[in-house]
Amino acid sequence: MIWRIASLAGFLLAWQLGSSLAGAAILPSPAAVLMALLEEARSGALALNLLATLARVAAAFTVAILFGSAIGYAMGRSATFDRVADPWLILLLNLPALVIILLAYVWFGLTEAAAVGAVAINKLPNTVATLREGARALDPALDEMGQAFTFDPLTRARHIVVPQLAPYLAAATRTGLSLVWKIVLVVELIGRPNGVGFAIGTAFQLFDVARILAYGLCFVAVMLAIETCLVQPLERHASRWRIRKA
Amino acid sequence: MRSAAGERKEILADIRFALAPGEVTALVGPSGSGKTTLLKIIAGLDHDFEGEVTIPAERLGFVFQEPRLLPWRTVEENVRIAAPQASNSDLEPLFNALGLGQHRRHFPGELSLGLARRAAVARAFAVRPDLLLLDEPFVSLDETLARQLQEELIALVERSCVTSLLVTHDILEAARLVERVIVLDGRPARMVADLAIEKPRAQRSATFVSSIADRIRSTRLTTS
Repeated sequence: MIWRIASLAGFLLAWQLGSSLAGAAILPSPAAVLMALLEEARSGALALNLLATLARVAAAFTVAILFGSAIGYAMGRSATFDRVADPWLILLLNLPALVIILLAYVWFGLTEAAAVGAVAINKLPNTVATLREGARALDPALDEMGQAFTFDPLTRARHIVVPQLAPYLAAATRTGLSLVWKIVLVVELIGRPNGVGFAIGTAFQLFDVARILAYGLCFVAVMLAIETCLVQPLERHASRWRIRKA
Repeated sequence: MRSAAGERKEILADIRFALAPGEVTALVGPSGSGKTTLLKIIAGLDHDFEGEVTIPAERLGFVFQEPRLLPWRTVEENVRIAAPQASNSDLEPLFNALGLGQHRRHFPGELSLGLARRAAVARAFAVRPDLLLLDEPFVSLDETLARQLQEELIALVERSCVTSLLVTHDILEAARLVERVIVLDGRPARMVADLAIEKPRAQRSATFVSSIADRIRSTRLTTS
């Protein structure tokens, strides 16, 4: 804990030092950024933009995880489907995010659905690839056990399949959240009238570095909160049966 | 059967037998003789065979060679998932009979192999099976532990009068526990003997058991 605090203090010190060396216009001091943050919070813009971004992240993330898991599972279980879908997956994995975003806006207009859809499609192939590995690693011995005791499909899914896929889902969630966050900002920068990406874009046009930093740090804070309050407890719950290392 | 490399191999041939209701039968043979495969065919887990399996029974209890418990569910949850209709008053005596009373809330990873096997046995009995299939349930347990589990298992089998098929390579174990022994041998494996042991289990002395074991052994020697 002490090391963490010392490390953080060192970061703030380096920032302050850099600010006085480079000048406040290029790198505003921590205090100036805090002022900018409070200003945004008072006007209500901060909450509005954060909420708009959060809603887009949640929507895109949900769509990507749901479809990605289903497709990945099917590819892991069926060799034929895997062979058919694999070239598509490779294509999608290597298509630049920017191309997907611009095409979505060109084809479907500057709409919310196009924005969320573009982000989801960017995240989808990564989820598919991760869950495909998970489905390939499913233990056939447990499958047989379920068959011998005539588990119905729901019981099988809940007690045999999902617990085995849990580490893969957690990995997809981890990489997914950070990826979706970043791409949502680009989508907002290009074609949305609100959100953190939009706010940062506006600040850039005004060369308001303090506001860019304020939003950036806020963003990190929300990320951390989601990680510690949501992802980690869920992971702990899912792995409670594992014998913990001393 | 198809091997991992995709080669086809004939494992079993000319197998034909019927089990009487409530009968406890052992399927004996050297390792690799296809006993487990036969059990899987009977359980409907292996469809790659020619022939016919008729099971008038509805519910199947299966004790696999490895316990095959769900590591992410407790002992009690493992049993309840397989037997959702089982009430607390059904399970309580079952857990106690198998010495699992203290371990209901434990995860399988926290159990010794002996206890994990017991949990697997509890699961198989909890479904109130009409046919119980046991695949080497005592293998790799030490002698005392194996004996103990054998006694508990036989007590449960006798109480529930369930038709049971026990796969084992241990001839003494078979001679001690069952009423009928089917011997498989050769490649592909065929039935080389089918003998009844009429003396009740409780009255079998050590000399009787070893004489039966000799008889089982001799059937394998004369045919091979």
